This record gives sequence, structure tokens and C-alpha cells, in this order.
Amino acid sequence: MSVEPLSGAAASRGGAPATLPAAAPVLEALHLRKYFPVRQFRLRGPSPVVHAVEDTSLALVPGRALALVGESGSGKTTVARMLARLYAPTSGSILFQGTPSRGGRRASLLAYRRHVQLIFQDPFASLSPVHDVHYHLARPLRLHGHARSRREETAQILGLLEKVNLIPADQFITKYPHQLSGGQRQRVAIARALAVRPEVLLADEPVSMLDVSIRLDVLNLLLALKDEERLAVLFITHDIASARYFAEDTLVMYAGQTVEGGPSDEVIQRPQHPYTQLLVSAAPDPARPADTPFQARGEIPSLITPPSGCRFHPRCPHAMPICRERFPGRTDLGGGRWTHCFLYGEGETATLTTARPGHTPSATTPLTPH
Amino acid sequence: MNNGTFQGATLPLLQVKHVSVDYRADNGTVHALTDVTLTLERGQILGLAGESGSGKSTLGYAITRLLKPPAEITGGEVLYFPRASRQGGGAPTNGAMPAPQSVDVLKLSQGQLRALRWKELAIVFQSAMNALNPVINIGAQIIDVLRTHQPNLARRQRHARAIELLRLVGIAPDRLHSYPHELSGGMRQRAIIAIALALAPEVIIMDEPTTALDVVVQREILMELIALRKDLAFSVIFITHDLSLLLELADKVAIMYAGRVVELATRDELKQHPRHPYSYGMLNSFPQIHGERRRMTGIPGSPPDLRNIPLGCSFHPRCPMAFAPCASVVPLLRPATVQSDGQQVACHLYDPRHTAAEPPTQAELAARYETAYARALGERIAE
Repeated sequence: MSVEPLSGAAASRGGAPATLPAAAPVLEALHLRKYFPVRQFRLRGPSPVVHAVEDTSLALVPGRALALVGESGSGKTTVARMLARLYAPTSGSILFQGTPSRGGRRASLLAYRRHVQLIFQDPFASLSPVHDVHYHLARPLRLHGHARSRREETAQILGLLEKVNLIPADQFITKYPHQLSGGQRQRVAIARALAVRPEVLLADEPVSMLDVSIRLDVLNLLLALKDEERLAVLFITHDIASARYFAEDTLVMYAGQTVEGGPSDEVIQRPQHPYTQLLVSAAPDPARPADTPFQARGEIPSLITPPSGCRFHPRCPHAMPICRERFPGRTDLGGGRWTHCFLYGEGETATLTTARPGHTPSATTPLTPH
Repeated sequence: MNNGTFQGATLPLLQVKHVSVDYRADNGTVHALTDVTLTLERGQILGLAGESGSGKSTLGYAITRLLKPPAEITGGEVLYFPRASRQGGGAPTNGAMPAPQSVDVLKLSQGQLRALRWKELAIVFQSAMNALNPVINIGAQIIDVLRTHQPNLARRQRHARAIELLRLVGIAPDRLHSYPHELSGGMRQRAIIAIALALAPEVIIMDEPTTALDVVVQREILMELIALRKDLAFSVIFITHDLSLLLELADKVAIMYAGRVVELATRDELKQHPRHPYSYGMLNSFPQIHGERRRMTGIPGSPPDLRNIPLGCSFHPRCPMAFAPCASVVPLLRPATVQSDGQQVACHLYDPRHTAAEPPTQAELAARYETAYARALGERIAE
């Protein structure tokens, strides 16, 4: 390992992300949808479901990070868990290196997790309190056949600990989670994910449980690893500022629907969708004048009985009658940006990106002129 | 320091003087607060910022005397200056004298404390779910406060006041009979604020009031709070780890580290020139939504074990600017520059007794953090 990767990270962050050559995505999600059944007694009618995620597509590219931004209940964690195959999607498909990955036997899951790893939010809950660091890191090495002998195993564990800046590694290897700080635990969790040498890292709010001064340290570590290992990273966060810091591209979700996406700087500096605008105007910003008015109405809707059409319409200051009828297709705004909003058009491109007709609600309902 | 002197414009409302709090534990005493001195002025929003374990919540609890054993206030005083016109129950006011007379909250009896709390001093906790009683509707919980503290109010008046309070915090009056589980997190937090406002207190202490909420709801509540403060003229002590929030909200900010206040400055001073290396590091830990995208370093290392606080300046093991006296002499708050005594900092870099050099500029602080960060990475590679 050399010092370059981090300075390389700094250089690539300065450059315009849009000019990078589009590498082939390693992991692709197409029209993912997830409904959770609700255990609730009903005399008649269909049993209710939580409409957690609707028609979400995304692509993860090696060496790049995609931030998934949204408030609680927006479905961002559900997307990550479908990508990790912890949840089976209700519909839609997940392509790993172009081949569909289907739920199934244990062996196929194991093979899948050899490539795709997940880091959880809470490092206090994701490590077992009765096992030491050595155990946590040895298991993935064994399960995925990376280490054949005990000596090989220990050597690789020491290497992993150094990779995540837990130095001196030979001291950390014998520690138990309760002997580590939050930041150190999260580093162990990252090392455990890296142990299988994955291509894709799904990081679900990896720093929001950590102390403020330590967050950047862990974020910078993930950034360096992304470059060193050419990882494709999905970075889930509620903090739009860290999305801008961390990820080249940002995808905004609201109440289970993807509303806007594109290069992070563009999306955050010039938000187009009314919800993204609301989110940006609500984020803490010391540069903003203190008397800037803030207007928000309503609350995040119930996902058991979500609003029809665009789920943001009851809160949207620009809502039109059509917004209530159906969810707009994807409108390309140029420069890699897109949005689902009737303010910017009907979203004709939706039919192009929809692989199978009838897959999105907008494709089945007839177009009504407005 | 200008403690104890009154200038016409800035009357102190609450003075915290040399307060120390220990938590006694079997495996050593945790020094949660050491020698904290602060002044809250009338109508001010004072922000307390720090990481977990910095003592910010302990300070809030000490001011309201809500600390329970094993916590123990080992010294200091909390002076509260009641408004002269106000006939506070337990607070001995002297209507004839123009200069306000103070009461030491730490010396009050339980009865006096009961009269002081809520009427003069209210607290809003972080988690609204835990603060509200789940089996009583929110209207009843507001009315309960009014009945206890204003027994002469008629039933109908209490009801009217409860509705007025809900309206004040932006909850429709028809939610009066809603139970906490029927309200969203933001609404519950608003209800808690309504209860805190019930007796029109002088000071509201808010301990991470919006941390558990989504950003949009957080902003709504903060805007509400700013508007309410304008109308009702109360003062706020706002405790949070989110310094970027305080830079928008607070008039004055106290940065805490390992149980001490390390810097005291107005919002603008802190924005323009944080003096303490820790303050600088904290400010440099929040990515911004505007401006140039640059690499930020955070602060290397982690906060100290409060059972075993480093000698001298408790920040020195993490500080990129540390020099000889930092490891032995405890720095005390003093004016950061000769010109003004507004911004105070507890750092030897600003003390001519310890260094002849000029205080560091923002660029120097930035450069030192960068080198420290690069060195940490270098060590990583060398291993």
C-alpha cells in the first residue's frame, strides 16, 4: 500500500465527476419494489401492506460512491437490504456484473456475499460482545476460503486491521468489542466487510452513531478504501452535506419513491425536485442568513395508505391535479441529472428505461394531457 | 472576566460559577464537569456544544438540579436572577430594589426547587417519547402542569390555556385529546415544548431537542423556537453535538471538552475565527452543503476517559498545536485577544505567559491539522 490513494482520492474529488468515463456498473438494481405485509386483522378486503419501496433503479460503479439520501421512512435502508439480499424484492431484479441474482439456496447467497458486503449503522449492535476481534475477522476469511492455515488467517487479519488504521494491529486483534470505542468498532465492522474482498460495499449510515470529531476520520477511511480497492460504494445517509462530501452521485428518495438523482454537487447546489429543495433548505448551513424563511407543510405520509401519484404532492407547493393521478416518469435534465416531477415534463424517458412494460404504474395508466 | 458586574443592557439571568460534578463509580471517579463558569443573559440563546462525554448534558442537569446519585455536585454555584417584578414562589425577590438579587439554585430546599422549576426554569429532553406519559393524552399532561403550579386557575381556564399552548407550538387544538403514540415524533417534541412553555418560564434548557428528528422537522421546530423566543422573551440553553446548528441559532456558544468549557464566543466570532484548536477541529468536522468541496480531517484520536483525564490541557494528546506547557498546566478561560474580552479561550497559545509567539491564524490551524492527519496516515503505512 502506498500513500497515493488518499491524495488520489482528493484529486478525483476536485475533478468534475461528470467527465469521468462511464465504467460498467458492477451491481445494478432495476425497478426494485418492496411491500411488507402488515399483521393486522381485517374482516374484508386485501390485507394491508407497507409500500416501502416503489420502482427504484440504481447502478453502482467500481471506484465510485452513490449516496442514497432521504429521511426516515424513505425506504433507503430497505433498498440497501434488498441489494444485500437480506430482503427479497417484491418485484424487480438485481444484476451482479450483468447477471441476474436470484434469491435461493444458501450456497448462492454465500457466493453473492463474497461480492457484496453491508456495513450497519450501529457498531455497538453489529459486533458480538462475546467474541474478540480475531474471531470477527477470521469467520469471513474461513467461510470464503481466503485463509487456509491458522498462520495465514492471522497474517490476513493483521493486514485488515492495518488497512482500517487500527494500529498497532497485534494489540487490537485480541480485544473485545466493549474494549473499543465507537469509531474503533466501526473500523472492525469495515475490516470484516473487507475481509471477503468484495466489489460492492453497502454502507448504511456508517457514521451517524459516531462522535462528531470521529465521523470524518471514518468517512475518509472509506473514501481511501474506495479508491484503493476500487470498491463500488452505496452510501446511505440522512445528511445531505455528508452525501456531497462522500459521494460522486446522489439519489434522493421520498416515501419509497426516487425523486431525483445525478452528480452530488449538482443535485445539492441546484436541487430541481421540490422535495430535494425542501431537504436542502432544511439542512443546517451556517452560511445561510438567520432570518431565511422556511416553509414546509405536512408530514411524511403513512406508507400503508400512501398518497396516490407522486407521494410528495400533499406537501408540494407546486402540486398540480396530475400529480395526484400518477407518478411521473423519469425526465432527463442533462449532465447525468434526472428527476421524477411533472414540473419538468412527463418523463417520456421512463418508457425507454423500463425494460418490461407494465412494470411501472406510470406505464399502465394512460397518459392524460395537462 | 466580567462576572458579577452589571451593565445596563446585559443583565445576567443565570450565572454558573465554578461548578464541578463527579460521578462516583467503583472503578474510579468520573469527573464529568470541572470548574465550569458561564453566564446566560436575558433573551439569549446560549449553545453548549461538545461530543458525548464532554459534560454538556451534565451541566444542563446540574443547573436544574436533576442529577441523581452517583452524580454529585462537588462545588460551585448556580446563581439565578429573578425578574424584579415577578413574585416567584420560592425565589426570594425584592421588589423595592432595582438591582436583581440572586438565588443559588444549588442551595435551594426541595420545596423552593419545586417552585423554581417549570415556573422559572424548564427543561426539554432529547427523547420526547420517553418524556411523555404514554397512557395519558397530551392535553391532560399540559393541564396537569397547570393544575400543580397554578392551582387558582379554573378548570375552563386551564383548558383554554392548554389549547393556546398547543396552538403556540403549531399543533391543531383538536389534538388535545391525542395520546403520544398517535402523534409523530415532531409533534411529540412540540408537545413537550408546549409543556415547557406552560408557565412562561424565564429559562428553557433544551437537551438535544431535535437530534432524534428528521431534518425537515428539525428545521420547523427550530424556526418555531426562534419565533416563540421573540414573542415570549425567554432565554434558552441549547445543548447539542451539532455545532453547525448552533452557528445558525445561538447568540453565544460554549464549546466543551472533557468537562470543561474550552471556548466561549458569539456565533459570528466562532464562524470567523475559532480560537481553540478543538473548536477549529469541530468546525472542520462538518461537511458543508455550499462552497468548495475540500478534504476535511476531523480530529485525530478520541475523547479521553473521564476517569483518567490527561494532565494539563485535556485536549493535548489530540491537539496538533500542543507544546510544552500543555501537558502540565491546565489552561483557564481568558480573553482570546487583547482588544476584546468577548471571545474567551482556554488555550496556552493565546497566553503570553506561555508563549511569545503570535496566536495561530486559521490557515496555520488548518495546516497543522493536515500535517497531523498525514502523519497519522504515514504511520499507518509504515507499520
